[in-house]
Amino acid sequence: MNGISVDINHLKKGEVSLGTSIMAVTYKDGVILGADSRTTTGTYIANRVTDKLTQIHDTIYCCRSGSAADTQAVADIVKYYLQMHASQLPPGETPTTKVAASVFQEICYTNKDGLTAGIICAGYDKKNKGSVYSIPIGGSIHQQEYAIAGSGSTFIYGWCDKNYKRDMERDECITFIKTALSEAIKWDGSSGGVVRMVLLTEKGVERLIFYPDEYQA
Amino acid sequence: MKAVENGSTSIGIKAKDGVVLAVEKIVNSKLLVPGKNKRIQTIDRHIGVAYSGLLPDGRHFVNRGRDEASTYSNMYKEPVSIPHLMDRLGLYVQNYTCYNSVRPFGVVSIVGGVDANGPHLYMIEPSGTYWGYTGAATGKGRQTAKSELEKLNFEELTVREAVKHAARIIRQAHEDNKDKDYELEITWCSLEETGGQHQFVPEDLLQEAIKFAQEEDDEDDEDEEDTEMAT
Repeated sequence: MNGISVDINHLKKGEVSLGTSIMAVTYKDGVILGADSRTTTGTYIANRVTDKLTQIHDTIYCCRSGSAADTQAVADIVKYYLQMHASQLPPGETPTTKVAASVFQEICYTNKDGLTAGIICAGYDKKNKGSVYSIPIGGSIHQQEYAIAGSGSTFIYGWCDKNYKRDMERDECITFIKTALSEAIKWDGSSGGVVRMVLLTEKGVERLIFYPDEYQA
Repeated sequence: MKAVENGSTSIGIKAKDGVVLAVEKIVNSKLLVPGKNKRIQTIDRHIGVAYSGLLPDGRHFVNRGRDEASTYSNMYKEPVSIPHLMDRLGLYVQNYTCYNSVRPFGVVSIVGGVDANGPHLYMIEPSGTYWGYTGAATGKGRQTAKSELEKLNFEELTVREAVKHAARIIRQAHEDNKDKDYELEITWCSLEETGGQHQFVPEDLLQEAIKFAQEEDDEDDEDEEDTEMAT
């Protein structure tokens, strides 16, 4: 054992990948997840209206990046685990975001040799309100106020660091995510299409979509 | 069930801020070292078990409990909730009634602790059935213990008071079996007193509780004498 080796050619030939720009941000009422919608096989855009924001439980979602197949499979497994977990909870209680993120982490870490999955798990629960957990490729877990991931995220680290504010208002936070992702999409060739968002609050789930002519303006 | 009925008495009390477990250990030999031979065990940092019946069966039960608790926290990265643990243990114990190659558990276990939803106290039988209790008793002196537990006001009771009552109840439950000596073992688990961890009560509190039990006992004797005089 001499350190961790990273296989650069991690995708199999022809594998569908989410060269992606994804993020999740906590704000006043809860949390908002955002993602672009491009799925590629090499240079070919396999899907230009992908939904990378996947529901895990009532008000827990995840943003997927990496291999489409791997992340879909992991999300399905976590979803199943959480259903089992929820059925054991006292009536009226729902799983916490932390539990969901921990299951993601456990699966990503134990199968780190076989997976290409960078996941942001975010959700709203009564106890912790909005929370964001980042689970990058090795299977570590990091709780953050906001998280960005995917190939496009590299271009917006500085911008997000400078412009993120704690407890933003709804519209302010939507604009923050929209601007960040539009920059990521502009500079990253593997990101594009529409900008999707999911708002998770006390009231439940709200979905938003922004088309190129809007966010590019 | 026979093994349990004649086992030494175990009780559990659910107070408003935590739980208390207590067992009466019959001293079978003068050679046994006092303070060793612990009977109450810990399943997870926040959960304790006291049981009456076949002691090795109880240890096996606790072992399974520890497996369940660690499997749960390895997956979900949070301590197992007590109702969920009981669910799992109930299934496990019930399984031993299903096959002719194994015999059912020879213990009644009282499981108590504090989790995110507050204090919990359960008692599980060899059949696998379990019920939630505010006060639970099993073993030889359970009838006496039960009727004493029923007199407690669980809404107002703190664990510190419950420790004293536990000592008293075990002493009263021992009355019918007075020819044999016993050693008292008490544990508690509460947010205020132990930071949510299951621990043996400190020696000074244990001694205080034993003294309290003794005094209550003496008072009862005096009362009895008084009534005798009156008649």
